[in-house]
Parts: sequence; structure tokens; C-alpha cells
Amino acid sequence: MTGKRNVIDTLPRPVVTLLSSLVAVLLALAICGVLLLVTGKDPLAAYRTILETGLTGNKLLEMLKRSTPLMLSASAVAIGFKMNLFNIGVEGQYLFAALIAAEFASRISAPPVLHVLLTLVVASAAGAFWASIAAMLKITRGINEVISTIMLNFISLSVMQWLFDNYMRDDSDGGLRVTTTEIAPSGQVPDIVDGRLNGMWLVALFVVFCYWLIVFRSKFGFRLRSSGLNSTAAQTSGIAANRMIVVAMLLSGAIAGLVAMQSVVGEEYAYGPQATPTGFGFAGIAVALLGRNHPVGIVVAAMLFGFLDSTSAVLQLSGIPNSIVKVIQAVVVITVVIVNEATSRYMNHRTAEQTAAALRADKVGT
Amino acid sequence: MRCGCVALCRGGVTVPQRGWVWQYLSMPDSAANGSASANGTAPAVELHNISKGFPGVVANRDISMTVERGTIHAIVGENGAGKSTLMKTLYGLHQPDSGTIAVNGTEVEFGSPSDAIDSGIGMVHQHFMLADNLTVLENIILGAEPATGGVIDSREAARQITELARSLGVEIDVNSPVAELGVGQRQRVEILKVLYRGAKTLILDEPTAVLVPQEVDELFENLRRLVDAGTTVLFISHKLDEVLAVSNRITVIRQGTTVGTVTPAEVTRRQLAEMMVGSDLPQPEPRTSEVSDRVRLEVKNLSVSRPGRRDLVHDVSFAIHSGEILGVAGVEGNGQFELCSALLGREHSNGTVAIDGKDVSHASVRDRKNAGIAYVPFDRQREGLMLTSSLWENNLLGQEEKFTKYGFVNVAAARAACREVISRFGVLTPNEDVPAFALSGGNQQKLVVGRTMSMNPAVLLAAHPTRGIDVGAQAAVWEEIRTARDAGLAVLLVSADLEELLGLSDRVIVMFEGSVVAELSPRDATPELLGSYMTGAKVAAR
Ligand SMILES: Nc1ncnc2c1ncn2[C@@H]1O[C@H](COP(=O)(O)OP(=O)(O)OP(=O)(O)O)[C@@H](O)[C@H]1O
Ligand SMILES: [Mg+2]
Repeated sequence: MTGKRNVIDTLPRPVVTLLSSLVAVLLALAICGVLLLVTGKDPLAAYRTILETGLTGNKLLEMLKRSTPLMLSASAVAIGFKMNLFNIGVEGQYLFAALIAAEFASRISAPPVLHVLLTLVVASAAGAFWASIAAMLKITRGINEVISTIMLNFISLSVMQWLFDNYMRDDSDGGLRVTTTEIAPSGQVPDIVDGRLNGMWLVALFVVFCYWLIVFRSKFGFRLRSSGLNSTAAQTSGIAANRMIVVAMLLSGAIAGLVAMQSVVGEEYAYGPQATPTGFGFAGIAVALLGRNHPVGIVVAAMLFGFLDSTSAVLQLSGIPNSIVKVIQAVVVITVVIVNEATSRYMNHRTAEQTAAALRADKVGT
Repeated sequence: MRCGCVALCRGGVTVPQRGWVWQYLSMPDSAANGSASANGTAPAVELHNISKGFPGVVANRDISMTVERGTIHAIVGENGAGKSTLMKTLYGLHQPDSGTIAVNGTEVEFGSPSDAIDSGIGMVHQHFMLADNLTVLENIILGAEPATGGVIDSREAARQITELARSLGVEIDVNSPVAELGVGQRQRVEILKVLYRGAKTLILDEPTAVLVPQEVDELFENLRRLVDAGTTVLFISHKLDEVLAVSNRITVIRQGTTVGTVTPAEVTRRQLAEMMVGSDLPQPEPRTSEVSDRVRLEVKNLSVSRPGRRDLVHDVSFAIHSGEILGVAGVEGNGQFELCSALLGREHSNGTVAIDGKDVSHASVRDRKNAGIAYVPFDRQREGLMLTSSLWENNLLGQEEKFTKYGFVNVAAARAACREVISRFGVLTPNEDVPAFALSGGNQQKLVVGRTMSMNPAVLLAAHPTRGIDVGAQAAVWEEIRTARDAGLAVLLVSADLEELLGLSDRVIVMFEGSVVAELSPRDATPELLGSYMTGAKVAAR
């Protein structure tokens, strides 16, 4: 393989992946630009607004803050993806966990750090519990987890409403508050940058790191990935499929349980149907896809989504529908898939050409 | 050592006479279908200076060959020589880096298999690609449904298929589900599927790898009928005797280039092998061993049942001693697969299984494996490999326990272990980082066998251990199995290759319709005798 080499081929694989993702984002912007044009808006003005507002210090901090739940949700989804399990129920899992953990944290008293840790453990346990229902249905009754987790999302909402209305709502001031009782200061996670970035961001980064360690470096992770790649071969080699399903679902649910904790222990210090953000379960699926289930990819993709989200309020002010942000996010997921495919084809084509060139050189030489 | 198969081919129902081929070469060209520019005597396929590379490997280098119409043309060569790559190029599965292809004298360019099919070229892959839950008819017309106004015309399709089957000389019920067919019949369905799409040139990649000699004879009898009618057959095989017996021409490929094209009359088996490997062949010597009286695997009254139907495995009992190889003869699909699955603990069964005196009848796959059982799978790709993962990860599968420290995989050690398998079993690969799909079929097999052997099992279930491995490397695998046997391993050897079976085994049992119908000593087991047991023509009292 001595033929002349193209610049792209000399780049290491991760760089090529990064470049191709960048191309995908630009492509998505172009497509959305056309959309804006068609609806009579000026795409350049819109993008300028996004960049100008997004690239300020405060907005960048907001981007990081917004990336917290996305990283967690994406990791939860990605663990399942790695063994072809589709946990569509992150939404229900994290909301349920948020309610339980908020109620738990408001009722106990403990020294500062321990209080938070216990709360997070309870959140994870609650998320894992909710996910375990789907796992059990799958291994005992063979029910597809896509269906059961979607259904459990609805059930989760009803159960929570019932719990909240009857047992957990704070009625100390005559029913004016629509949240759980406020968590004592010992159970609150302080900000890293006052009012802009909460400590839960670091927790999320740590969780992504653990995701990497477990899935890509541990024995369990090897078995998990093997089951996803070829379940027959995995089973033949002695990996118990049912056990893997249960453990993967529990882990996924445990991570999912943390998704809303930035809001619960870092911002609102309580759970409330209006106060606690929703929709991260589904955004997490997009982020995991965009990040290709890779920890670095997930962090970058979560920041990109966070960046776009952070600019959405300003867009509205300048007369551009802020739903364009959601459209860009959706289109990016699609273009990434397309660009990745094109890149791998291009790489194959280049190798073929190089080999042919090497062969011709060989012939001239002899 | 290699004489068994030839004798069987000669002794079988259909005796291929070397001379029969010549009539076709001089036969007036009946297959000229008047296609536009084709001239009447143009070869079916001409490959000119084909080259094809993959990352780090040149799989085909400047290959030229001509396939005359109405002939059976064999392609032989070592594992990784580039045979499958060349055939995939011809079938449009990938494009050559350089070189041209001409079909019936017209230069063509295939962007995809559908282009190749349009030019009358069809391919049957080594691993059958039929949908089990569909019927023969549905499988055949899938993707090429004859429809009038959006409605599939099944009656017309059935008529056409029956007609094609007749031209092939087979009887087939087009409405039976494919799941109920044996491997030989499935292969006929694959061939019919290709013919149904109008193929005039048929490519078969290792079509006989899992067929027992009778089935091989039947297959070639069918193919010969097609050839009589003007079809051209190109096939890859590692079984040199069969290649010499049935082909008109043989092209030998070595390290990506053609060494030459010969006729069977010109060469002996040995000469052919030498052309393939470039040197003399190692001759494995038959060797007897000391079978100890320590029982390592004991199976009693094992049955695998299906509700409402005949047992897949019916009341099978046997014991294998330390240092013993028990051969299992039988046409594929007579319970061998289910027997192995049950022994592995992958399939529910009744009866008892004990390893080294320890009852594992109800143990999980992992517990049985920890008790010392290891398995060379029937289908390396489906049961043994993660095709997109690197070789070292594939080698790790099943022994991750051994390479784990504090719950984390010791990557350096796992890589080293893989490198050792690569060198010990002669796996042809640039390094242990390439994905498994980048290995040729035979080299994938070597990796799977190597992985299994490196686990130092107490009991080995080996299904077709040399499936797809070339003659030179086969001897090495046999030697590995024998050495381990001498060191006390107990082996259950399932093989369609009677020579392998009789050459390695200390005892042979024959399975037919799920039951063990005979137990023989390899010395008494002539291919004819085995054949009559395997087809159910003869039943012995055990
Ligand atoms: N998709 C691929 N990517 C990279 N390398 C490949 C790929 N397919 C084949 N190769 C390489 O090309 C060479 C030829 O492979 P090929 O499958 O044609 O061999 P073969 O003659 O069919 O061997 P076998 O008898 O073992 O089936 C091998 O070195 C193999 O590793
Ligand atoms: Mg091959």
C-alpha cells in the first residue's frame, strides 16, 4: 500500500468521524435554511441570531447546563441500544424517579453530601424499578420492550398524578404550591457558576464516564455488546440472554432516574408537574443516535442540542419561530445517518483506488 | 488417506465418467439465446485482468479466466486465495478496482447483483438465505413476484417452478414450508430461486461443504442436467476428488492470481493440490490412540421433543472416554444439530448428561462450559462470530472470564491470546484488529476452531471442524484435535466428510431421523455401509 494518499485517509478515524458529523450539521443547517426561506424568513438572519446569542459567555454556560439531562438520558438510551434493547421509556422512568426522589429528599434529614447522595441513589433505584417492569415483561412473557416501555410512560404519568395529588403535594400554604415539599439546604446541590451552571453537570459527566467504563471496558460491557451484535453466538458462548436483558434494563433505568435531578436538587429543590421539565426521554434518543452511542459523541451531541435550545428564547424575540430549533435538531439526526453512510462508502472507494494504484505501480516496477 | 471419497463417488448411484464432459465441449451451442451482440460461440463469461483490494490486502490480482458455455468449471485454491472475492465481483456484489467482465462476448459492468441477474448470472451463497417460515414457492418468487395488477399469480409461479424443477430433475412440493426441508433440498430451492430469475450461468460457492457423498452425487446429477440444457456452472470447492470427478475445467487460484486452468484428465489430485499451495502436501498419518476407560461425557436417553411431531433427537445414549473421538455420521438435519444444542444446554431436553461424572442435565450453558465442554459450531457466522467486531474481540467471546481483572477486560492479554491463535492455526490476516467479516470463510473457521481449542476443554463438540478449510490446513486442524485427544480430550465429531470421520474417529455412530441407528468401528464402516444407514435404507440392532 504505497500509493499516493489522500489527506482524509491520513487522518485518524475519530477525526474523520468528527469531520463527517460537522458536515452533517452544516447540511442540516442548509436544509433548514431552505425551510426558513420557503416560510418567508431570512435564514441567514436566523443563523446569525443563533450564533450571536449562543456564543456569549452566559449562553455557553446555559448550553452546558442544558446538556446535563440530555447526556444522562442519552447514556440511558445508549446502554439499551448497545444490546438492541430499545428503552423508549426513559421519559416515564425519570419523571417517576424525580417525584419519588424529591419526596424522599424532603422527608429525610442528613448531613449535606450524604443527603444528596442518598437522594440520587433513591432516584436511580426508582428509575431502575420502573424499567425493571419492562424487563420482567420481556423475559417472562416475551413482550417487546418498545411497546411495554411506551405503555409504561402513560402508566407512569397516571401513577405519579395519583401519588402527587393524594400523598406528596405540599399543602402547607393552603394548596397554592404545586410541588412537593422543598428539600432542606443539606440536600441541595450548589451551583458551579452562580445561577448559571449547577453541580449536577459534573455528575452527568461522571455518569457518561461510567457508561464508557462499563460498556466499553468491563467484562459485563463486553457481554452486553456481544449480545447486541450476535445474540445466538453470545448465548452459545455461555452468556445468559435473560440476565443480560434484566441487568441492561436496570442500568438504563438507573441512569434514566437521574435525568431530572438537576432540576430537583439543583434548581427547584422540589418536584412539580409544571416545575419539572419533560421531553428529555425522547430528546435523549436523538442525542444517542447523533452521538452514535459513543460517550464522546454523546457529550458533543448533548452540547449541540443544548446550544440550540439555549438560543430558542432569543429567536422568538427576533420574530423567528423558535420551533426551527427543534427542526434543526431533528434534521441533524437524519443527516448524520446519511453522511456516515456516505463517508464509509467513500473510504471503501478510496481503499479500492489505492490498491489499484499500488498494483499499477507494482507492474511498472517489475 | 484421501481415497475414500473417490471410491464412494464411483460406487454411488451416479457415476461421473471423466469422459462424459467432452461431448459438451464439441456440442453445437444450444444455449445461444440470440442475445443482441453475442456471437454464437462466445464464452459464457470472460474475466480480463480483474483486480480487487481490501484495506491491507490485495484479494485478486490481475485475474483472467474464460468459462466456456455449457460446462462445469471449478475454482480451487487455498483459504484466502481470493475465490469468493472473484465470484462476488462476477455477481456484482462489489466492483473490481480494475479489469473487465464480458458475458456472452459482450462487455458488461455490474453495479449490483440485479445487473448480474439481468445478464443471466446467478449466485448461490454458501450460507443459505431462505426464510424458514415461508413456503418453497414464496421463497423462490420473493423479490421477483409474478403479478397481474398487484395480485401475485401463485398458480402461474407454481407451474413455472415445477417446470424448472423438472429440468433440474428434482421433485419438490412448492407448498411445503422451507423449515421442514433438509439441507440438500434447501440447496435445490436456492438453485431454483436463481434459475427462476433466468440465470444461464450459475455460481455456487462451496455448495458441497456440508453435503454427504450421496447428496453430492445427487447435486451434480442435477447440475449436469442443467448443463445439458446449456447452462454454465461455476463452483468453488475444497474437495479435490469431487472437483476432478465432475468438472470440465479447473482454475487454480493462489494468493490472488490464477496459477492456471487445467482439465481433470491432465492432473492428479496431488498435482492439483501442489498447484494450489505451491508445494507438496503434508500427508496426515492415521494414528491410533490409547482410549482410557475414564468416561468424560455420558449421555443417557437424551431426547429433544417438539410438540405434536417426531422427536428431533430420540432416546440417544452414548459415552465418550478420555482420549476418544466418537464420530457422528448422518445427513445434515437428522438431529445432529439439536443433539449438540442439547449437550451445550442451549436447548431443552430430557434425559441425563454428565461431564466427568458430574451431572449437568439441568445446568446452564455457562455452567456446562465451566465443567469443560466446548463447541465448534455448525455455522461459524451465526453461532460463533460477531462479524463487525475485531478478531481479538471475537477470540475473547466465551473466554472473557479468563481475561478479566477486577471486572475489567485485560485488553493486552486478550490481544496476545488472539495473536497466538492466529499464528498457531495459520489464520491469514494482517493483524488482530481487522473485523471478522474481512477474513475469508476458511480463515474465519480457523479462528473459531482455534478459539475453541485454546480453551483446553475436557469435552469437545466439533461440528464440521474443517468446513471450508483447504486441504493443506485441514491436516493441521486434524493434528490439533488428535494431539488434544491424546492428552485426554473426549471428542464428539460431527462431519459430512466421511474421510475425516473415518480417519479421526475411534468409533462411529450413525444418526437418522433423530435416533442412533448404528454403531460401527471405523475399520468396518465402508462408505457404502454408512450410506445405507444414513439414508435409513438399513437399520442395525445396536
Ligand atoms: N470485505 C472484506 N474486507 C477486507 N478484506 C477482505 C474482505 N473480503 C475478503 N477479504 C480478504 O481478501 C482475501 C481473499 O478472500 P476470499 O474470501 O476471496 O478467499 P477465498 O478464496 O474465498 O477463501 P476461502 O476458501 O477461505 O473461502 C482474504 O485475505 C480476505 O481476508
Ligand atoms: Mg470463500
